[in-house]
Amino acid sequence: MKSEPSLHQAPIAELRNASKHFGDVIAADALNLTIKRGEFLSFLGPSGCGKTTALRMLAGFEAPTKGDVLLDGNAVNDLPAHRRPVNMVFQHYALFPHLTVAENIGYGLRQRRPRMPTSEIATAVERALDTVRLPGYGPRRIWEMSGGQQQRVALARAIVNEPKLLLLDEPLAALDKKLRRDMQIELQTLQRSLGITFVLVTHDQEEALSMSDRICILRGGRIVQVGSPRDLYDRPKNRYVADFVGKSNFFAGTVQQASKDGCSLTVDGGHVISGQSTQDLSRGQKCSASLRPEQIRLTRKPDGGVSYPVQIVTRIFLGEHTEYLVRHADLGDFLVLVPRQAEATEGGFEPGDAAIATWANGSALILADD
Amino acid sequence: MAMRPQYRTALFLLPAGVWFFAMLVLPLVVVFVFSFGERGPAGGYVPAFTFDNFLNLGARWTAFKNTLTLAPIGTLACLLIAYPLAYFLALRASPKLRTMLLILVIVPFWTSILIRSYAWIFLLGGRGIPALLALVGLEDLRLINTPFAVLVGIVYGYLPLMVFPIYVSLERLDKRLLEASADLGAPPLRTFLTVTLPLSMPGVATGCMLVFILLMGEFLIPAMLGGGKVFFVGNALVDLFLQSRNWAYGSAVAMALVLIMLVTVTAYMRATRRWAGGRDEVSLM
Repeated sequence: MKSEPSLHQAPIAELRNASKHFGDVIAADALNLTIKRGEFLSFLGPSGCGKTTALRMLAGFEAPTKGDVLLDGNAVNDLPAHRRPVNMVFQHYALFPHLTVAENIGYGLRQRRPRMPTSEIATAVERALDTVRLPGYGPRRIWEMSGGQQQRVALARAIVNEPKLLLLDEPLAALDKKLRRDMQIELQTLQRSLGITFVLVTHDQEEALSMSDRICILRGGRIVQVGSPRDLYDRPKNRYVADFVGKSNFFAGTVQQASKDGCSLTVDGGHVISGQSTQDLSRGQKCSASLRPEQIRLTRKPDGGVSYPVQIVTRIFLGEHTEYLVRHADLGDFLVLVPRQAEATEGGFEPGDAAIATWANGSALILADD
Repeated sequence: MAMRPQYRTALFLLPAGVWFFAMLVLPLVVVFVFSFGERGPAGGYVPAFTFDNFLNLGARWTAFKNTLTLAPIGTLACLLIAYPLAYFLALRASPKLRTMLLILVIVPFWTSILIRSYAWIFLLGGRGIPALLALVGLEDLRLINTPFAVLVGIVYGYLPLMVFPIYVSLERLDKRLLEASADLGAPPLRTFLTVTLPLSMPGVATGCMLVFILLMGEFLIPAMLGGGKVFFVGNALVDLFLQSRNWAYGSAVAMALVLIMLVTVTAYMRATRRWAGGRDEVSLM
């Protein structure tokens, strides 16, 4: 594919108002997204949110019903998958069972026209096997490989082609937890060293948070928010994002007062929770106050800030932290995350104990439900 | 009541074992013994030990030649017609159309093959298709009682047996493999040749085996559509056992057919297994 120098400034890929309809079902609704050269971007959302459709439009398996898909500044709506400089790591790997590991990895290179010399293909395959830390596994059969190894083969089969865009469709979903953590780190390292743009689809927020430069959160075929993991965690656009990214406690109420400097919410029992908002809110609007479990402290005696007397319902030991579910007469049940250090000074709580839940005044996020 | 597992297994296998022994092994032994005997004065069998029957097999050369040419050609013709149909059913047809077409493939089985072959006699006979062809100027075309007619009957009768195994293997084919192939840069035809076709080979092998074995023993279709001019070993056997009553010679012909089938089928299985890389079946994840 010819690329003029000026186009190098163009984003590597772009969705412009891209929609995909399957009959009456709108799988993707006017998606607008710019994918930057060399970044690690994740599409995050529950099943049916349109993340896979977005990925498949980039791969060329689905043509947008409306709007455009751009690669390197060129619209590629009608370019079939086999002619796009894009490769995909499939959810269940989709390795060819009748070919060896080396034949699988070399498959993409063998499709090149004019033909690539066999010796060059062999060298490239060896290098790819080294990259995914499977040296010498070339002659093996696919079914002789473990799940984690198959995952690496799938990765090697894609990166050996040096694609402009590497698409990963829930690549770690089939692995056990320990292996998944290892692969997350490995994928991230690989992405940095290869400099290839990675686009990942996942429903696992932890995975998205730990690996991505940017996350695109989808819901019902629409993009809700795009931002860095930290942005999404600290400044979620609405309750949906706050709920999806990390754990959060929500207290439903009505906006009492809203201004640039902050707003306050009247919740059940007439309590007022004050905080900041990322949205324009108006008095009387139904909203939720969001407080992360780690923003709340548990003490035996009142200790500054806003404090509420609570009763411990359950305790879950998580190693570095202990997670308590506590109950307040008016606010209901909410989660508190107590670091080990704080536990050491304050002493642990047992279910049934009375305690004081405290948070800094104005630290809540006031979010509209949509 | 407790029963040792091995006795229980034996009990379960008993009906099939008895059946297998009484209906296959025993008759085969009888035929084997008979093949070394002689024809009685009024036909039937007289015990003897002679190789004359086997040395005389050349007299039925035509039947063997017809069987050994038309069975493979018929299998190949079935394959060439069945594969595109199975491919369409498994990969292209909408679920609704697929169900309907699959039923259409099965429907002929609801009628006896005998009756359906009668229908072909009329279709291929003088007042059937040749009459229609005469209207467009192709006159004096003979179809019935030719190898072609037998081939038509074979393909018609055996097509479903070829379609189903291929359909099943294509249906089970992981469609993501086709996407993976396209994603890696293979145009549709190359994807077919490098992924779809190799992975449907178990179905092709099964279908060919089924059709080929049954064709080797076929006698009805050549009898009806070959009109005594195109006859198989099966027809020769009917003739030898029921008409000329030379049971000993008939047994030798039958043994020869069994032997030929054993050799070809074994060779075929060896070849397909080697082709599949030592596996009995290509596993799909």
